[in-house]
Amino acid sequence: MSKGIAITGMGIISAIGNNVAENFQSLVEAKKGISRISKIDTIHKDEIMVGEIAYTNSELEQLLDLSPDNNYSRTGLLGVLAAKEAVANAGIKDINTYKTGLVSATSVGGMDMTEQYYYEYLESDRNYKYIEGHHAGDSSQKIAEQLGINKSLVTTISTACSSAANAIMLGARLIKSGQLDRVIVGGSDCMSKFTINGFKTLMILSDTYNTPFDENRKGLNLGEAAAYLVLESDAVVKAENKNVLAYIKGYGNANDAFHQTASSDHGDGATLAMEKALQVAGYSAKDIDYINAHGTATGNNDLSEGRAIIRVFGENVPEFSSTKAYTGHTLAAAGAIEAVYSILALQNNVIYPNLNFKTQMKEFSITPQLKLKEKTLQTVMSNSFGFGGNCSTVIFSKEQ
Amino acid sequence: MKKVYINSIACISAQKTFDNSEFLDEVIIHEDQVVYAVEPVYKDFIPPAAARRMAKGIKMGVAASKMAIKEANLKNVDAIITGTGMGCLRDSEKFLSGIIDNNEQFLTPTSFIQSTHNTVGGQIALELQCKGYNFTYVHGSNSFESALLDAKLQIELDEAQNILIGGVDELGEHTTKLHKLIHHIKEEKVTTNTLLESKSSGSMFSEGASFFVLANKKQESTYAEVVSVKIYNTLSQNEVSELVLSFLKENDLDIEDIDAVVLGNNGDFKFDGFYNELTSTIFNNTQQICYKHLFGEFNTVSPMGIWVALKILKTQTLPEILKLNKKETSSYKYILLYNQYRGENHSFTLLKTC
Repeated sequence: MSKGIAITGMGIISAIGNNVAENFQSLVEAKKGISRISKIDTIHKDEIMVGEIAYTNSELEQLLDLSPDNNYSRTGLLGVLAAKEAVANAGIKDINTYKTGLVSATSVGGMDMTEQYYYEYLESDRNYKYIEGHHAGDSSQKIAEQLGINKSLVTTISTACSSAANAIMLGARLIKSGQLDRVIVGGSDCMSKFTINGFKTLMILSDTYNTPFDENRKGLNLGEAAAYLVLESDAVVKAENKNVLAYIKGYGNANDAFHQTASSDHGDGATLAMEKALQVAGYSAKDIDYINAHGTATGNNDLSEGRAIIRVFGENVPEFSSTKAYTGHTLAAAGAIEAVYSILALQNNVIYPNLNFKTQMKEFSITPQLKLKEKTLQTVMSNSFGFGGNCSTVIFSKEQ
Repeated sequence: MKKVYINSIACISAQKTFDNSEFLDEVIIHEDQVVYAVEPVYKDFIPPAAARRMAKGIKMGVAASKMAIKEANLKNVDAIITGTGMGCLRDSEKFLSGIIDNNEQFLTPTSFIQSTHNTVGGQIALELQCKGYNFTYVHGSNSFESALLDAKLQIELDEAQNILIGGVDELGEHTTKLHKLIHHIKEEKVTTNTLLESKSSGSMFSEGASFFVLANKKQESTYAEVVSVKIYNTLSQNEVSELVLSFLKENDLDIEDIDAVVLGNNGDFKFDGFYNELTSTIFNNTQQICYKHLFGEFNTVSPMGIWVALKILKTQTLPEILKLNKKETSSYKYILLYNQYRGENHSFTLLKTC
């Protein structure tokens, strides 16, 4: 059994709250953040619902005290805010006391700005500053700069909707192997016309509130969010007498190798990811107390994931729920958002309700947790699956 | 800790590099500031019907990955780790212009699907039916080095035996225009023979795919050992020499042990100073090698520097066109690579013959 990696801080901004405390309050009060879209002018506005963050870009710029000539995409703005909360939560005064890196995830990157100025660039130099902010690594460089991480390992992962889970996984391995003493891991994705239209063409956007694991589910709601964790080595935890929020106990990534955008009927990749994570943790299926499912509320995902869960857990599937009904699907950030929710579940011994569920799926008999439930939790499993057959599972635990 | 070997290489670039029996035997002298990849005959690697649906980046990536796996004499690998700065850029451009031009109507999903950054990694997994670990790094000029670092960790810690890693990027027409506007691409035409001495901002842009099999065991096809790889988000110019010295010290090496240094000079007078800092000081007496005048600049061109270094280590020859200075080096054991782009995302990679 391998030792868990300590999590000493976390930060989040999502459609259900601007920080960890607000997110937790919404989760236990069953308050969802799904609404009609207000910040992007799209012809689909009456046919889709989204999980938007209330702050405008200029409000975020003010909060972060950025100069007017900054070239932050919304991905960068959200990322910095959440990462700063995580670092403050970990009680870090001087980030360079220890060898600290950053592993961030994004799929949208600076597309929100590119789609606004795409042709304007050819006519006017007014917004040239955003051209070099387009690529996915830009927001990570900015987050590192804002946190004061210099001359260190900073990288970005983009594996669609499993990206942030993979960032957490790499971070844990960098600590385990002694490459870093401390690493900030997570992800950020803002809403964009590009992703709205992309998912629209795939015909997997619901025109109403998304309903994970429901027989009559109509698809997903897109969301925007950012969340980060601070991971620290045992040596740092000991030297600084750190309060540990939870541990990363297991992780696994596998590829479905089935289809570019669809999951295999029986969730081969998802099954492999969960099994690998259990193996790394030295756990068997019965050791998992709650599963925070990927549960996007698309026809394909929930069937494939549900079947994979049954393959791994057999007759004894623990309580499971998807929190996508609260936040929408936050794409590359989802794995980090749900990591924060998993840690909060462990800390508070609660299982969140799977909102909007009405009808049992007919393909299997497992039913998500429908009411807020108090239960002593030792472990939580979190799933994240993405395009390209990318399947990831992370296991969080109270004990190392 | 297990040692990490590079057991095969495959490179599709702006030079004819896909035939591993050659080493820049014929050099293409580019005469433009945007130069395209010389592509192999894809039907040798991908069924034509499938190839027609694939973006150029996917085709280059899938073909190069199959070449690399073949040379390593493998059927499959334990993991696939890809680096790309921009992903399948042409599809991103196509989907975005479709959104704008037709006011969000009449769109089809194909280009959206291919625009996802991990499409190449996912397609390779699909082609090989590889269900193992599959990551894609998208961190500018350290996209490939992140993949290399990840793979090296897994082999050292005995989590995998054979890992396919690669870097791939394609040129997109609109993005090329934008990079000209902000002078990341040179305003004036430039040639292979003049790029490195040019005194203007920006570089020559290109594209391509480089794939390698990393393994825990040496075999006949082995090119070299990966001794160390380090990446840094920021560095100032005056810190580079000092950092190299401590990097060498960590590996119990002195400057004299390094037989050649492969540098990422790209002809941008604003940023080549980082390399000059090394060539004018600690590596003044070392064989200096450049490659971007042949391969152009893009986020994942640095593995082409590794390709060059591996060819040198294996053949113990150094084509004249790669030499920045004239040294009479007769044998090559250790080669150090240094790359950065626009002063950010620096990497140091140390390779050794075996």
